[in-house]
Parts: sequence; structure tokens; C-alpha cells
Amino acid sequence: MELGVTLRKLKEKFGDWLFDVGQAFGDDFFVAHKDKVVEISRFLRDDPDLRYNFLIDITAVDYPQRRPRFEVVYHFFSLPFKQRVRMKVPVEENHAEVPTLISLWEGANWFEREVWDMFGIRFSGHPDLRRILLYESFEGHPLRKDYPVNKRQPLVGPKIS
Amino acid sequence: MNTPAGGFFTSRLDKMIGWARKYSIFQYPFVTACCGMEYMATACSHYDIDRFGAGLPRFSPRQADVLFVVGTISHKLAPALKMIYDQMCEPKWVVAFGVCTCTGGFYDNYATVMGIDTIIPVDVYIPGCPPRPETVLDGLMKLQKKIQNQPQMT
Repeated sequence: MELGVTLRKLKEKFGDWLFDVGQAFGDDFFVAHKDKVVEISRFLRDDPDLRYNFLIDITAVDYPQRRPRFEVVYHFFSLPFKQRVRMKVPVEENHAEVPTLISLWEGANWFEREVWDMFGIRFSGHPDLRRILLYESFEGHPLRKDYPVNKRQPLVGPKIS
Repeated sequence: MNTPAGGFFTSRLDKMIGWARKYSIFQYPFVTACCGMEYMATACSHYDIDRFGAGLPRFSPRQADVLFVVGTISHKLAPALKMIYDQMCEPKWVVAFGVCTCTGGFYDNYATVMGIDTIIPVDVYIPGCPPRPETVLDGLMKLQKKIQNQPQMT
């Protein structure tokens, strides 16, 4: 399989930090070490041949059988070259933390809050890591596979102010 | 007035107040989801909810008699619903419109309240996903019956 320019450039520059590269579902993907998240993203955004200037989405996947258990998934889109690339970052359960991308894309703020809300993965350097969809007194992170499907949360009463 | 007793007629005050109340239902539509479309269909001219004296929705809970809870209620929204119920003046009634408000419906997850009767008392349950306007009108008539038959001056 021949690699596209994105993956070739990435391998050249960050070869030691990539666990895997390839293509899946019609897009390039690569699995990167979490310490290099910001650097790789900046490279993807600023390199004149790539210019992945649009952060489409940040989400995560829980693989209960795997170690490390979580994978944070980033999708980038290059508006000039109409290309997509997917970055996956494995994260340990007992140290679920990746660096924030807010310094590169302001929009990462709410994506990262959602990932924290649903999966309990922290983003170091995030200025305001609160729950975004659920409420503060919610216990647990519901999109983790070990969250009981029929768990009931305590109802919160009206705030008296 | 031409009555056999001559010039007056008798009635029970209780019954008369009930009759007045059941035909002047000011509803507060608490619409959150797809059931809202069926609510609108019921309220519009084709099914004409005004035939039952319920044609005047009030968008302030302080002016409303009946709280129509139309659509899924999430845990995050639950405090708002409770607060709106508390703001309504007595006498007040609650209609659970659609299965989501009755029991949680097909939602059984971290986000959805499993029936609004876990938060506030409910007088009439209208099942359906969403209920057809006929079902809604049937529920409304049952509510009228309930209003008519309950003690009015408590």
C-alpha cells in the first residue's frame, strides 16, 4: 500500500512517535503518542503541503479489553487540499490525560469538555474543564463501557437563589 | 327564568365551579421534543382543542391551570420542570403527553427521567409515541371529567 503525502511526511518527521499508520474507511489514519499531540497537530496545520487547518471533531473510544483502554480520536480536514486525516491517541485508564489543543484551535475547548464529560479523559492545560452536556452532580462518565446501562442518577432539585 | 319553582333554580356550587373550570383550561405547554408536533396538530384548527375550552395556551406558569409536559424530560431539565410546576397557582393539573413523559418510553439511559411522576404528580397520562390528536383529545376529556368530579373548595 502506498502512503499518501500526509503519512509519508509524518513518518519522516515523527517516525519514532507513531505506533501505526494506514488507511481505513477511505481516510488516512495514524496512531500517535500522546506527548506529541500538540506538535503533530501544529505540523499538520502549518506545513505548506498539508495545511490541515480545520479541526472537525475530537472524540474518544473505550476498548475495555485493550491496554491502554481509551483512544482519543481527532479528525482534521484540509480546506485547501480537501483531505481528511484521523489521529488516534491511546490513553491509559489510570492516567487518562492528553494535552489540550486550544492553543491551536479555540474550538477544541468544547470538544474536549465533551470528551471529559462522557469518557472522563482529562485534557492538561484546558482552562475550563467542566462538564458540558451533563450537570455537575452527575456521577460517572456515561459513555464508558463499564457505566451501568440502567444506573439511576440522583435527581437534582431546583436551585434556590 | 321559567322554572317550576318560580323564578329561580338550584345547583350545587361545587358542581358549578367544576363546570366552569373544566371549560376554561389554560394550559402551559412544556414542549421539549417531537410530541410537540402532535400537540400543535391538536391545538390547530383541524382538531380544534378550543372545543374543549383549552384553546388558550399561556406561556407563563403563573397564569396556567394545566401543565402539559410534551416530550422527553432529561435529568438536566428536571429541575426546570419542577420549578415551573411549583410556580403554578392552585388548583393545577398535570398532563403527561407521550410515553417519554409517562415512563421514559424507549429511553433507558443516563440522560432521561423515567417518567415525570418521579418529579411531579400527574393527573392524566396520554400514551403514544407520539399520541395521535384523537388520543390527546380523549385524555383531555378524561381530565375534564376529573376536574368536574373533584371537590372544588378545598
